[in-house]
Amino acid sequence: MPRWLWFPAAIAAAFIILPLAAIVLRVDPTSLPSLVTSPSALEALWLSLRTATAGTVLCILLGVPLATVLARTSFRGQGLIRSLALLPLVLPPVVSGLALLYTFGRRGLLGQSLDLVGIQIPFTTLAVVIAQTFVALPFLVISLEGALRTSGTRYEAVAATLGARPTTVFRRVTLPLVAPGLLSGSVLAFARCLGEFGATITFAGNLPGVTSTMPLQVYLLRVDDPDAAVALSLVLVVVAIAVIGFARHGRAL
Amino acid sequence: MTSKPGIGAVVTAAVLVLAGCGSATGQADERDLTVFAAASLTDTFTELAEKFEKEHPGVKVTTSFGGSSDLVAQIEDGAPADVFASADTKNMGKLGDLATDPRDFAANTLAIATPPGNPAKISGFQDLAEPGAKVVVCTIEVPCGNAAAEMEKRTGVDIDPVSEEQSVSDVLAKVTSGDADAGLVYVTDVTAAGDSVTGVEFEESGRVVNTYPISVLDGADDAELAQAFVDLVLSETGQKVLTDAGFSQP
Repeated sequence: MPRWLWFPAAIAAAFIILPLAAIVLRVDPTSLPSLVTSPSALEALWLSLRTATAGTVLCILLGVPLATVLARTSFRGQGLIRSLALLPLVLPPVVSGLALLYTFGRRGLLGQSLDLVGIQIPFTTLAVVIAQTFVALPFLVISLEGALRTSGTRYEAVAATLGARPTTVFRRVTLPLVAPGLLSGSVLAFARCLGEFGATITFAGNLPGVTSTMPLQVYLLRVDDPDAAVALSLVLVVVAIAVIGFARHGRAL
Repeated sequence: MTSKPGIGAVVTAAVLVLAGCGSATGQADERDLTVFAAASLTDTFTELAEKFEKEHPGVKVTTSFGGSSDLVAQIEDGAPADVFASADTKNMGKLGDLATDPRDFAANTLAIATPPGNPAKISGFQDLAEPGAKVVVCTIEVPCGNAAAEMEKRTGVDIDPVSEEQSVSDVLAKVTSGDADAGLVYVTDVTAAGDSVTGVEFEESGRVVNTYPISVLDGADDAELAQAFVDLVLSETGQKVLTDAGFSQP
């Protein structure tokens, strides 16, 4: 490596660390405990934790089969499906929110039929979970598909020759083999769920206790109560750091 | 990777990009005026900015619209605004000395916006409290939300909204998409939205009136030019644009 790379690399590192330091420095340590434990902050935190957990579970239920199909089979148009599955990763979240609104909204593609049977999704906690799942799913699929490809199919083949049925092989061989990848993928998906903002505010709205998650609270508070916004931001930063540490510990990052 | 020419090109490109950012002011006889205005002024102030540019050749007016409290925060953080028009006196007051001479230029009242045809048959303010009605309001931090809360207090109607949005535009978006049965916005928003919403006026609307002040800001690059814009808004021409859009006199 040429030695001069150190210089731009240091700038890059500072570029990431400095803003984080700035937010930590803005926190008033004396008022931090009361700000973070205020009823509205706890309500938002609790809602965020519940929705992000539900979103992660949905990501696992939907993402594991998708990643397995993408890693273990080949069919026409598979490349296209793979690219499309990754789309929410690069799509601006507000666009994802609009897309969800036109799908599940009262006049949306599916929403119209759902409305007829009395199910309305926008403005509900379910809408938050759907928005989070939509944007977080690719994280899980990428991590897991990578892990599945790396682990190969040898053990699965052996298990099959010993008479194990496909479901048994999948449950007893494939999944344990890729457990670290699944874990880090789930943790990343959880973090993405927790941080979701644009799709939520566009699709789910903003109501304390129902759809107003931590990022929405931060956005709302930043004008009238910057100290509280900074305190909540710090909580999210700490959670994010913990998540990265956890995911790195579980390999595959 | 080749070393020397590569980094040279990168540095040159970076310098060019940075230089481009810095020299956006243009030639000497071209002047810029930046106007921050409440989201409910989007249509009227866009029109007034065009008029102003016609009357002052060489002047380019840049407008930024948003929730008033949002704009106040941006101005306090040093956003390069020359003129600020707020949707209520409270937010203008937050600027203190930063606003040199606030003058009231318009007034606005609340109205109910419903999706075209008013499918939920909302007929008055008290209908917004009906169980099952999906009502969207502004959050209390922004003027339209503050006005909504005030209206609830004065009428004794307790709305249980499905969402508290950041600005009137966000409320309207939820109504025009059909996902909300009704949204509480300004009467001018209903006028501006045209056919995409059906407005419902209610008799209690006069009980809460938002007064809109406008002011040249302390940090204005060209205070004279900024004052000229304020004068246009207060002039007969400016007032006609505003009343045509549904605003009333302050």
